[in-house]
Amino acid sequence: MKTNNLNRRSFLSLTALAGGGLMLGLQPKLRAQNPFADAPLAPMDFVSIGADGKITIAARNPDLGQGILNALPMLVAEELDVDWKDVKVVRSGVGRKFGVQLTGGSTATPLNWEPMRRVGAGARALLITAAAQTWGVPGEECTTASARVHHQSSQRSLGYGELAAKAVALPVPDLRSLKLKDPKDYKIIGKSTIGVENKAIVTGKPIFGIDVTRPGMLYAVFHKTPVMGGKVVSANLDEVKAMKGVRHVFIIEGKPMPNAYPNYLFQDPGLETGIAVVADSWWAAQLARRKLVVKWDAGNWGTQDSAANAKTAEDLSKQPPARTLRKEGDVDTVFQSAGVKVVEAPYSFPFIAHATMEPQNCTAHYKDGKVEIWSSTQFPQPGRQLVARLLGVDEEDVTVNMVRGGGGFGRRAYNDSMCEAAWISKVAGAPVKLVWTREDDMQHDYYRCGGFQYFKAALDKNGKLAAWRDHFVAYGEGEAFAHDGGFSPAEFPTGFVSNLLVQSSVMPLGLKTGALRAPYSNSTAWVIQSFLDELAHAAGKDPIQFRLELLESATPRQPTAANGRPAAGLDPARMRGVIQLVAEKSGWGKRQLPKGTAMGIAFHHSHSGYFAEVAEVAVAENKKVKVNKVWVVGDVGSHIINPSGAENQVQGAVVDGLSELIQEITLREGRVVQSNYGNHPILRIAQAPPIEVHFLKSDNRPTGLGEPALPPILPAVCNAIFMATGERIRTLPMTKQGFSFA
Amino acid sequence: MINLKINGNNRQFDGDPDMPLLWALRDELDLKGTKFGCGIGVCGACTVHLNGEPARSCVTKVSDAAKAAITTIEGLSADGSHPVQQAWTEIDVPQCGYCQAGQIMSACALLKKKPTPTDAEIDSAMGGNLCRCGTYPRIRAAIHQAAQLTQLNK
Repeated sequence: MKTNNLNRRSFLSLTALAGGGLMLGLQPKLRAQNPFADAPLAPMDFVSIGADGKITIAARNPDLGQGILNALPMLVAEELDVDWKDVKVVRSGVGRKFGVQLTGGSTATPLNWEPMRRVGAGARALLITAAAQTWGVPGEECTTASARVHHQSSQRSLGYGELAAKAVALPVPDLRSLKLKDPKDYKIIGKSTIGVENKAIVTGKPIFGIDVTRPGMLYAVFHKTPVMGGKVVSANLDEVKAMKGVRHVFIIEGKPMPNAYPNYLFQDPGLETGIAVVADSWWAAQLARRKLVVKWDAGNWGTQDSAANAKTAEDLSKQPPARTLRKEGDVDTVFQSAGVKVVEAPYSFPFIAHATMEPQNCTAHYKDGKVEIWSSTQFPQPGRQLVARLLGVDEEDVTVNMVRGGGGFGRRAYNDSMCEAAWISKVAGAPVKLVWTREDDMQHDYYRCGGFQYFKAALDKNGKLAAWRDHFVAYGEGEAFAHDGGFSPAEFPTGFVSNLLVQSSVMPLGLKTGALRAPYSNSTAWVIQSFLDELAHAAGKDPIQFRLELLESATPRQPTAANGRPAAGLDPARMRGVIQLVAEKSGWGKRQLPKGTAMGIAFHHSHSGYFAEVAEVAVAENKKVKVNKVWVVGDVGSHIINPSGAENQVQGAVVDGLSELIQEITLREGRVVQSNYGNHPILRIAQAPPIEVHFLKSDNRPTGLGEPALPPILPAVCNAIFMATGERIRTLPMTKQGFSFA
Repeated sequence: MINLKINGNNRQFDGDPDMPLLWALRDELDLKGTKFGCGIGVCGACTVHLNGEPARSCVTKVSDAAKAAITTIEGLSADGSHPVQQAWTEIDVPQCGYCQAGQIMSACALLKKKPTPTDAEIDSAMGGNLCRCGTYPRIRAAIHQAAQLTQLNK
């Protein structure tokens, strides 16, 4: 892929694209190079039918737990007209003929809903033509069911297996011309199926990236600079090389990033400096690594410190903002007018790590100018291109094998471990499995970017939102925000308040940042829905009533994206629908709750999905928070492809979001302080509430579910804590204000 | 040479006796169902049984494990017919699935002690097993289902 020299505006669009939410805001020029643009697909690249009637369907996207291996083949199987129990699912290869192959931005459903059904319909059309030719009857007279073509009037039928050889020799019809099933005839879409790899998982089969082995494979660890951009000055390489089982110890000089704040997803992220240790076993490599004595040159970022950054942000908040991102009406006049109630609040949220259960790893084999990769990457195609560029080989000479991933959450959209493994294999002259330790993983992440929001708003005498000002103090430089650390000026309540001012200031950062599940939204929803809650209470209104009223007050001018094109703004009717249903399901305002127990509400629109969530919490005297129950209502369109998988995703998103309330990555002397699950915790089972999930079906195209259920849970819980205690959480993690989960 | 009794079989291990059992299982004995998560015994992904008791193989030396009968996820059943494996499959617990071998091993140990555990007993026994995907509600449901299946099979 070409490196785009993006200006700030297209940078924002592309950043949001990685999160999926503002895909429609893309400029046409960018769309042409857009990695989300699909290719024409050939049915037989996805469907294979044996002479024995065995049906195999390939899923083109990586599966890291989102249920891709079910959802995509289910779409194919539906239109192919076969029974799900007869389908064997495999992973496709990685290549241009498979079109868009990436897992991120909740794009799997919207980008496959139609193409995969058309692939299934295309294969079915070929089988019908094969049968019609065999019988000498018009194709229109043939029907299909359960992998057989029937000719009703002559009472003949043939199984797909009997027709397969003939069908593959036929010309492929134009997939766009095919008529798809009436949804009322669906037999697979909308019915729960269990994970196709469940059995392999519960029996411990070696199906994950970290389980890959190759003949003659060596094991590697990579000891990277603890400070971004640091260099090795000297190290006791010979001493370490002499240790038992060690084959190679060498410095990787690395490659600097081409610009200051690249979009690491699509632009060259560089290669960090460090020392590779290659050994006969991973344990031998790790033991040897522990004997390394390295003198580092910390480079430019060796004094970076989280507390100092927070101080800088506070200072910047008191100065005039550097840039105005959006201005509607005149907030200052409103703030100064008589009879308004002005509310001000500072919010801040930290960096957090992805902490996938399977640490980053990759197996690579470089030989004679060709590279083969086995990786649980979310972005196989961009990874392939990065490796080709890094090693100076043709993209066609890089083969990427997709392997199941032990969690992605955005982390595996970044192919640093793939580049490192390929490089190490080339130097070591052998197939190499690189496995990071948990500490490597936590200290060399592309972190969810931290940020600071300074709000000021005014309520008129009727308690209606009259003015909204937001000064976003972010990381970045000039007009560039750190990757996925920006803010969209089209974000709600833009478009719903007449006087609005969104401004920003930036400060430098020496840390890689990136997409974490519901990127941007996972922090944005928290600050906006928390501050809205403050306003509801200041207005003396029920928090749901206040939100519903606000959603009814769309201003004549609809939100536009930074580039002046219409933004994919939220549809207030859809949002009101999920809010009203979650109020009903949770018994909002109808149940008598004991002292210290209360409910909170929040909503958010992201990744084309509409979610409203209610949390009921009980807060003890010692600020221990027990989340009693969570209710979720989501509108992601007309169909839920696999209800079992969908419910699992939503419940997981809620648990994930609860973890984010207690997580924090901090910097000291340029180094990440946290190292493992002990100091960057993940919710434990006793802390996970029952989670009731409802989908509100609407007359919209189905959209993705990996992400949009996450953002509202953070503010829903904090809003409930406020209701229970009167204390507003304005700084995350909530432990900073003394709150923790019971 | 160390003799290890794994899943009822005797296996010879010729490496570093201080190597954590996890890496011996995965890289020397080709039993990759046991997973590396944290390396310090706080996530539970590497849970195996030593004499029926759950243990974190990432912080257990091979030489210490040699004294016990070791059971790994592969030792429950190869075809997924163990009631806990069956319940996990039917309830559709896994998302990414990486932590589930450890979860299942902890669940088996719990059910041996408490054939029909309450939610509170489940939460207590499973507290050392992290699931980053957040499948906890289904883990609880699957343990209850496994308890029922076990009763039925009696």
